[in-house]
Amino acid sequence: MAESLFGIHGAALEVRSHRLGLLSSNIANAATPGYKARDVDFRTALDAKLNGMGGDAAMAKAEKYRTPLMPSMDGNTVELATEQVAFSENAVGYATTLSFIQSRVETLTRALKGE
Amino acid sequence: MMMSSPMNIFDVAGRAMSAQLVRMNSSASNLANAGSIAGSAEAAYRPVKPVFRTELDRSSGLASVSVDRITRSDAAAIRQHDPDHPLADENGDVWVAPVDETQEMVEMMESARQYQNMIEVLQTAKSLMLDTMRLGK
Repeated sequence: MAESLFGIHGAALEVRSHRLGLLSSNIANAATPGYKARDVDFRTALDAKLNGMGGDAAMAKAEKYRTPLMPSMDGNTVELATEQVAFSENAVGYATTLSFIQSRVETLTRALKGE
Repeated sequence: MMMSSPMNIFDVAGRAMSAQLVRMNSSASNLANAGSIAGSAEAAYRPVKPVFRTELDRSSGLASVSVDRITRSDAAAIRQHDPDHPLADENGDVWVAPVDETQEMVEMMESARQYQNMIEVLQTAKSLMLDTMRLGK
């Protein structure tokens, strides 16, 4: 029901939300020795979700380890610049998706009220 | 650490911030003890350093940070000849704490920056969540 209501945007919002958590984890672990930065491949995750895969399975399928541009001695693969850019890109994406859903809700409300 | 409920983004940021605070506190302790003098090599202050560990929550896939342990550096105390010092031994030597002030300052700046990063993450996540809550209003 919710899928048909919000179309691709409902699925996209879930992927964005999961990615927000992963990127926050990367930023939080910027100084932890041996931590491997992770990210989700947005397209893979979204395709998997649209093809009816469950939330967790779709995310697990799309989760990848990041390849560092400059590997560090302690085995940590977090590069703050990369993570911060990805984080802000994701935050903007989340807000955009949210506004699409918002306008869908407004359209439906208007149709229901018969204005 | 035992957790009953799955970790959320606020737990991640909160724990990362407290880990950075521990790091900042140990740098402050080291800086405070820089130049402190002891009567023997064993009694001299040795710098402390926290070791971070990733705390992975499998159910949500989120990873936070915790302080695994706090280690003491095994750097040797610096011997100084100062016969007039009240703590000087029979050879007239005292031992100075082996604190690298520049390194501690850098450490402190880095932990402050990372603390700020987590605040930024927290603010972004909070405003996005509030926007989601207000959906349809």
